[in-house]
Amino acid sequence: MKPVHPPAVGEPTDPDVDLHIPVQRPGAWRAQVPVLAAVALGGSAGAAARYGASLLWPTADGGFPWTTLVVNAAGCAVIGVFMVVISDVWAAHRLVRPFFGTGVLGGFTTFSTYAVDIQQLVDADRARAALAYLGLTLLVALAAVVSAAWATRRIVTWRQA
Amino acid sequence: MNWLLVLAGAAVGAPLRYLTDVAVQKRHDTVFPWGTFTANVAGCLVLGLLTGAVTYGAAADPVRLLVGTGLCGALTTYSTFSYETLRLAESGAGFFAAANVAASVVAGLGAAFVGVVVAEALWA
Repeated sequence: MKPVHPPAVGEPTDPDVDLHIPVQRPGAWRAQVPVLAAVALGGSAGAAARYGASLLWPTADGGFPWTTLVVNAAGCAVIGVFMVVISDVWAAHRLVRPFFGTGVLGGFTTFSTYAVDIQQLVDADRARAALAYLGLTLLVALAAVVSAAWATRRIVTWRQA
Repeated sequence: MNWLLVLAGAAVGAPLRYLTDVAVQKRHDTVFPWGTFTANVAGCLVLGLLTGAVTYGAAADPVRLLVGTGLCGALTTYSTFSYETLRLAESGAGFFAAANVAASVVAGLGAAFVGVVVAEALWA
């Protein structure tokens, strides 16, 4: 079986910006406007979804931030599927990746709340909960992106075979 | 109104992350995802500062929604952070993958703590 996604050391690691696409080359400011608008629109939608989740499942003061953990893990699973689909399967419109990958998923997930939640737990003398939250989020988020990308590639290979 | 504040903050935060990424990639030709790293650490610092300000009564709830939930939430990202880590690991740059995780967590947490301490010094 040939690898669906061969190692690519020379490729840009960063999924947000691809300098090989002329529109993403800095300097072409006029061409950047639709990209920035797509990122802003997607980011707002993602952040609104995260805010909605925090209203639906509020975390008590000093409580374990399960909602943020689940939001971040879900966002990581979805980006694992999305990046495989958009790289290997779907020749999408050039604004789809900025809108959904950079915007929606970037706005939905958050690193700042993760860090400050840990600080707040430490401040409330809940160092063990802080450490558990730190490690559990990392573990679940990385496992989510790895397994989602792996499963999506399996399905893609199976359908193309 | 609360929703509008979150939407407005995120409409600034997400493009700011994208522009940071473009600016950083233009200057550094490395496999390490400095763009996302920079945006994440900056967002942690600002949210730490803001959380401290709210605690000591120097910032009200609308500011928290606009700058915290909206701007900092959208400026920072866990999905791109984890995907970039996966890409580094898959491309054989295992050391950089581990370094990205360690550096992001240490610097992000450090920035959050510094933000809260500065807020305490200013407004407590």
